[in-house]
Amino acid sequence: MSDPERIPGGPTGDVRGPSGGDNALEFRDPEKADALARRAEELVADIDADEVSIMHVCGSHEQSIAKFGLRSMLPDELDLRMGPGCPVCVTDMPEVDEAVALANAGLTIVTYGDMLHVPGTSLSLSDARDAGADVQVVYSAAEAAEIAEETDNHVVFFATGFETTAAPTAAVIRDDPPENFWVLSAHKYVPPAMEVVAAMPDTDVDGFLAAGNAATITGWGLFEELVEETDTPITVGGFEPLDILAGLVALLRDIRDREVTVRNAYPRCVTEQGNEPAQEQLWEVFTTESGEWRGIAHIPDANLILRDEYAHVDAREKFDIDTASLAASGSSLIDDCICGDIMAGREDPTDCEMFGEECTPEDPVGACMVSSEGTCKIWHEYGGRPDL
Amino acid sequence: MTDDNFESDGVVTLEQGAGGKAMRDLVGDILTAGFPDDSLAIGREAMDDGAVVPIGDRNVVFTTDSHVVQPPLFPGGDIGRLAVSGTVNDLAVMGATDVRALSSAVVVEAGYAESDLERIADSMARTCREADATVVTGDTKVMGHGDIDGIVLNTAGIGIADHVVRDDGLSPNDVLVITGEVGRHGVALLAEREGIEFGTTLESDVRPINGVVDRALAVAGEDVTAMKDPTRMGLAGAANEMATKSGVGIELRQDRIPVPSDVKGASEMLGLNPLQIANEGIALLGVDPTAAEDVLAALRSHPDGEDAAAIGKAIDDEHGRVLLDTGLGTRYLREPATEPAPRIC
Repeated sequence: MSDPERIPGGPTGDVRGPSGGDNALEFRDPEKADALARRAEELVADIDADEVSIMHVCGSHEQSIAKFGLRSMLPDELDLRMGPGCPVCVTDMPEVDEAVALANAGLTIVTYGDMLHVPGTSLSLSDARDAGADVQVVYSAAEAAEIAEETDNHVVFFATGFETTAAPTAAVIRDDPPENFWVLSAHKYVPPAMEVVAAMPDTDVDGFLAAGNAATITGWGLFEELVEETDTPITVGGFEPLDILAGLVALLRDIRDREVTVRNAYPRCVTEQGNEPAQEQLWEVFTTESGEWRGIAHIPDANLILRDEYAHVDAREKFDIDTASLAASGSSLIDDCICGDIMAGREDPTDCEMFGEECTPEDPVGACMVSSEGTCKIWHEYGGRPDL
Repeated sequence: MTDDNFESDGVVTLEQGAGGKAMRDLVGDILTAGFPDDSLAIGREAMDDGAVVPIGDRNVVFTTDSHVVQPPLFPGGDIGRLAVSGTVNDLAVMGATDVRALSSAVVVEAGYAESDLERIADSMARTCREADATVVTGDTKVMGHGDIDGIVLNTAGIGIADHVVRDDGLSPNDVLVITGEVGRHGVALLAEREGIEFGTTLESDVRPINGVVDRALAVAGEDVTAMKDPTRMGLAGAANEMATKSGVGIELRQDRIPVPSDVKGASEMLGLNPLQIANEGIALLGVDPTAAEDVLAALRSHPDGEDAAAIGKAIDDEHGRVLLDTGLGTRYLREPATEPAPRIC
């Protein structure tokens, strides 16, 4: 891997905290955005294919792409799709069932807000709460441990998310949490899923835009192996409009030049090594095992489970979780849900007959309509590509 | 089929009172289903801001509104000012800037502080003077403690329109004009409710707009082709309704839409979109392109129209939908499915 080249018109490499407030404005400059979009158009023309397909793997990327209408700036031949980038959406129904079963058994379940309404086989945590179970929303793993300190009840943290949230969970677990604090891990690890999706026969990916937030922890160096495995170029991208456009330009250049490599288009936050202490914590506490990603596939080594040394906080070790009573209610709608195809990048939300009809954010059928990171919910708010 | 999204075992849900599609379905399917057809020029089936009852050669516009705002006294206004403004503004955006008479019906809980009631009544009187209107009839009910949450205020009003302006009159190329800044009312109430301090005082924009709207009608007359006051569901709701009823698309430019910086900041903290939240002191106009400059100048000549802006245009594409040019790319601006903040107007 060569040093990432400077991207003309793209963000400078000055390192600052995550953008927000007025700092973000320099990464939303319309003139620079137009210049990058024109460059993307030239590159796509050079590639001379009917379609160039780029997959990103992060709900925050999709949020930004949809909210700022970036697809409308890009050539028709560039198909910009979201892959399995929503941790809430890929949490498998039996994992939700475990959390619901523990809640129904009288334990306190704490989890992130987006998990509340994700349907399990027959019930969501929100349904369990409506029926009287103690289900509370937290914003961090640390807050989950604090809730345990304030009660005598067993508190189970239903821990979801990719590397970005798994590292803080690991930190709490290492930090001698209260004895009544347990972790039910549904954390997931993205790189193996990218590999599986890239290899799917009907998912034709020419390049990946990798998530800058996860890469702040893992470093861009992690993707070198994945590039070789998948024979597909990868660029790490940030989340402001210019970050995304600059990432796409870098990726399109590699696709045109048939250069299969990793690039870092988010140098102000991401380094080659990443956050090494966070990685050490993550892998000290977690190991990987194979498991289902909801609707997508059985993915090897992509579920993060607690190592034996930390079995004393593992809810699965402590409690006999009986999910048998949560048998499917036979919802016919869920059979028609194409969330799996959407997360694998094979279909768009608008290809689903239930989108915006039987399935809405107020009354979701599939997980992609539940989470703020889900493609369907994002498209429901901002629409896809206007037909102009 | 989306009706089912809001059905809850055959009982009325809060969403059905929030001013969006769920409410329109409730009104259409249940509340107005059994009435005899009316033969009025604009009737209830149009679900416009008011009805037009021709009397002799005059267009009398008639409207009614109930108010259940929490808190009843809020930064920049109160339920009394809101009730008078709401009714006056519904008349104004139908073209009836000449407000003739209002009614006021109060349902109040036993135990409600008389001083608060007095403040609300004073505020109604002051707002009437601003609107050059008055309350001519009313009704008062007191309910038991706990039988009602504080106070419910209903106002109805009649006004005269030289030109009736509906919300379905947009043609392609008509310019969309907003008379003032967007997002103030909803964000001010929510910030107050959440106890968020912003260093500046966020205040509701609640005010009667018949004066400022009259300036536009005076210079442009029938070149004002469509009008709505973007209350519940905000600018997004009003624009989507106009686009749907007129059978056109609407393209708005985000950089042209006046959103005050304190509203922007508070919206980000509260996770709200200022374009999708209630306003109580502005109107959205569709204007024939030949009259757009005159209308803007006329609006800006009024103290309540200083921030008036041309924010977009109607297009013969994407019928029934609203596009937002973000300054980078273009996306859809949807009507929120439910009011992000219940009981604010």
